[in-house]
Amino acid sequence: MRDRADLVIIGGGVIGLSLAYQLARLGLTDVVVLEQGYLCFGASGRNGGGVRQQWSTEENIQLMKESVQMFRRLSSETGYNLWFRQGGYLFLARDEAAAAGLEANVKLQNRCGVPTRLISPAEAQRIVPGLEPRGIQVCAYNPTDGVLFPFPAVWGMARAAAQLGVAVETFTRVTAIEARGREIVKVVTDRGAIATHRVVNAAGAWSFQIARMLGVELPNKPYRHEILICEPLKPFLDPMVSDLSDGTYFSQTMRGEICGGLSDPAEPASMETRSSLRFLERMCRSMTRILPALADLRVMRQWAGFYDETPDGQPILGRVDGVDGFIQLNGFGGHGMMLAPVMGKLAAEWILRKADHPIFQRYDLGRFQRGEIQRETFSIG
Amino acid sequence: MGKCIVCQCEDVTLDDLEDAFEHGFRDLESLKRFTGLATGLCQGKCCVAHAARFLAGLKGGDEAAADPPRTRPLLRPTPVRAFAGPEELSASPASQGEKR
Repeated sequence: MRDRADLVIIGGGVIGLSLAYQLARLGLTDVVVLEQGYLCFGASGRNGGGVRQQWSTEENIQLMKESVQMFRRLSSETGYNLWFRQGGYLFLARDEAAAAGLEANVKLQNRCGVPTRLISPAEAQRIVPGLEPRGIQVCAYNPTDGVLFPFPAVWGMARAAAQLGVAVETFTRVTAIEARGREIVKVVTDRGAIATHRVVNAAGAWSFQIARMLGVELPNKPYRHEILICEPLKPFLDPMVSDLSDGTYFSQTMRGEICGGLSDPAEPASMETRSSLRFLERMCRSMTRILPALADLRVMRQWAGFYDETPDGQPILGRVDGVDGFIQLNGFGGHGMMLAPVMGKLAAEWILRKADHPIFQRYDLGRFQRGEIQRETFSIG
Repeated sequence: MGKCIVCQCEDVTLDDLEDAFEHGFRDLESLKRFTGLATGLCQGKCCVAHAARFLAGLKGGDEAAADPPRTRPLLRPTPVRAFAGPEELSASPASQGEKR
């Protein structure tokens, strides 16, 4: 392993690897990415692969528009087929509040050039055969959203970064970060130390632990999020379907499996990764309410990953007070995969001072002290 | 040599494992993800041991294969309807703890 680097990225998930790849494209290859497990060990290998532009703030809509364009190119760029399929995203609203939210979002999305439409349950049934229309007030459908296969997204970025000269070290756990005054001097791992003055904290659910190594307290908390996959079927389901009443989402993978999860308001913050019967029951109940024919499908497997959640549902980016060269790129909740391309690009440009973007000030750690909070309301699952 | 099947559910061959190894996927969790091994209807009951043996052979020793992929529920594929009964009959209460 290299014993010095211009910059060390802690976390070999899709966020850290996207940054590494974009830094390398801009010419900075003296970079080491440290991953505690195998590639795809963390949330980047445990998510449902949803990629949507249906958001409630203009900023997130614009970011995701760019991410979609980047995902469209990424398979040929990296040599790994991401299986990115733009089959759309269909949101279901079952009450007045959810319907009003969709209506407002669709207007904003249309202004931003995203072709989302409000559609009736009957029209939704033509997009999703077998959809149960009873109880649904209105739906929002954007045909340019989509799903991808998370593993090749991670591997592709890792290989592309490595080919440009970045070192990606798997099975390497960070045990300490040493500083002298305000200046970082080295990152210590269980495979040796790396002298560096710049560290990016892209450790997802483990980010708060990494920050503590430098005495920085992040407000992020890890929450278990569970997901399941059913046996494969002939392709029949184009969009990702998401029910706003309970945060259920599911889509059909390119292997034909139905894969999805839902949020659990009773889930405590924890580093728990075991699967629960409670999730299995709630998910199966919700799936059959949305698409009754799924009742006869067999569940093959369930697993869990983490949402790295912040108090306002926005990520933590940029500098922190007290430590120079300690850059945050975490707190992406359940949205790290879909945001990774654009976040990696913007962060690389910002780090190399080639371009600035307001998100690196607006979403810095200091916002919680300043009280400048703007909540994204459209977090699903 | 003819085609040597390692995972019958997902049609993974010995050549596929060698290809994965060449791509740098040299632990069982990664071999599983890259080839699709152990992700079909049997969920690895038939193939993980073969993959472990393959890996031990290439990496020279049992240590390389000592860390099998995490075994995940369900024990066998089970219809969604088996778990989709009324909430009142739910077998599993909410976890207790700090709420969001």
